[in-house]
Amino acid sequence: MIVHSGLYRRRRAGNAMFLTLSVFAAIFGIVWLTAILGSLFYNGFSAISPKLFEEMTPPPGSDGGLLNAIFGSVVMSAIAVAIGTPVGLMAGTYLAEYGRHGWGSFFVRFINDILLSAPSIVIGLFIYEIVVVNTPTTHRVCQAILGSWCPIGHFSGIAGALALTVIVIPVVVRTTENMLLLVPNGLREAAAALGAPRSRVIRAVTWKAARAGIITGALLAIARISGETAPLLFTAFNNQFWSTDLNGPIANLPYVIFQFAMSPYEDWHHLAWAGALLITAAVLGLSIAARILERSNRS
Amino acid sequence: MDAPVNAGIKVDIRNLSFYYGDTKALKDISLPLRDRQVTAFIGPSGCGKSTLLRVLNRIYELYPRQRAEGEVILDGENILSPGQDINLLRARVGMVFQKPTPFPMTIRDNIAFGIKLYERMPRSELEGRIEHALQRAALWNEVKDKLGESGLSLSGGQQQRLCIARTVATKPEIILLDEPCSALDPISTAKIEELIDELSADYTIVIVTHNMQQASRTSDYTAFMYLGELVEFGPTEKIFTTPENKRTEQYITGRFG
Repeated sequence: MIVHSGLYRRRRAGNAMFLTLSVFAAIFGIVWLTAILGSLFYNGFSAISPKLFEEMTPPPGSDGGLLNAIFGSVVMSAIAVAIGTPVGLMAGTYLAEYGRHGWGSFFVRFINDILLSAPSIVIGLFIYEIVVVNTPTTHRVCQAILGSWCPIGHFSGIAGALALTVIVIPVVVRTTENMLLLVPNGLREAAAALGAPRSRVIRAVTWKAARAGIITGALLAIARISGETAPLLFTAFNNQFWSTDLNGPIANLPYVIFQFAMSPYEDWHHLAWAGALLITAAVLGLSIAARILERSNRS
Repeated sequence: MDAPVNAGIKVDIRNLSFYYGDTKALKDISLPLRDRQVTAFIGPSGCGKSTLLRVLNRIYELYPRQRAEGEVILDGENILSPGQDINLLRARVGMVFQKPTPFPMTIRDNIAFGIKLYERMPRSELEGRIEHALQRAALWNEVKDKLGESGLSLSGGQQQRLCIARTVATKPEIILLDEPCSALDPISTAKIEELIDELSADYTIVIVTHNMQQASRTSDYTAFMYLGELVEFGPTEKIFTTPENKRTEQYITGRFG
């Protein structure tokens, strides 16, 4: 073989340039990420104290913690996951197991993809429009059915949880469908060949085979909603005080961070950093748990 | 092997055609499967032998745009008729696949899964059934101390025998084997062939195989298929020594396919 030396040199130069560009792009990304995490840890750690988990959000100038906000965030996220996961699981199962080829599921899949990437503020507005805004007719009907439990017409933890639910559902639908599609058809055939009806095949075999992946999806959904501020702005709103009443405004970490960080008060800034660190640590923990589960699924 | 001609007909396939969408994959197939005999389907890739097998328990219906025409008479009833309960049919006609397919659960639960679908029994009896099935599949001695371990922890050959045990445990009348040894090493293959021989005392067995020695070793009857048609069907001994069709002779002597 006779190597054309000019061509060879040009390729080597091209390769070196491409490699350099890739490395710089990677460094560029990592620098900002470390800067963000670095300042978060630097400012957040100094603000972490047991008081965070013992006291309520304070007025400016006095001591306090984030207990009411932590409680509100945890409760609303828990409700959102408790409603969103089963709905998403069933819908994803329909897409992967029953309606794989129908045009109906094509439609559902398409809508779900849009919902997945919809700006969360739009979802917040949606819940605001149907729950928080007081429309006399729906309010009357709702009051007749639920009495004092009716959430229509005011800010409430219920509205916040509903907005988060709308975010959870498409995430779980998508991961459930993807994980079920990874289950080999041979497994479904083998179970069906024993005489198992479809629902039984799904419950006993395919769900089990995809279990770790499906749980991963739910964990990622929690991670996704735990930092969402926009959908809570005009649904759950905020509350200065300790409140367990889900049918009224309730404090939550993202909103408190938003409010405190924008304020001119030094002590509020510290609490905002602490709250941001708490959320980041929670998301990090969930992501690591999801990774570990994913790995155990593969082996 | 000797092939007693007087064995009763368990399944009678009559004028069966099969379509994948618009493609005709089986063309007017007719042949009997005799009671408690082993019938082998042989032929080159794409000849339709697996397709024919998949009609016998209607497993093809898991997929859209696949359909069968004609009749498959099992004990006097056409299993292709719309009134046939498909899950009950599959409980009567068991199937073992090319790739071992243990379920992601314990060895015990793998076997119990099929039994519990249609039967209720006390725990002790269930344990007995599980042991019996594993013994029939010649797997008991290897797994009796680890029934609580995952079925996925077994070797390929063990997994395939687990699948056979799982099928036998539900007490089907017919067992369909779709190239059950193609993913296995020679020792596991020999074990499974031995197993087929033993099981043929109680079950009507149909085996699809690429391996002609396997067909001649294990079966009583052989059907040679080519391009969706049944070319020749008869006692295995006759097919392998004095085939009537020229193509059959060419195939079994390795001149094409």
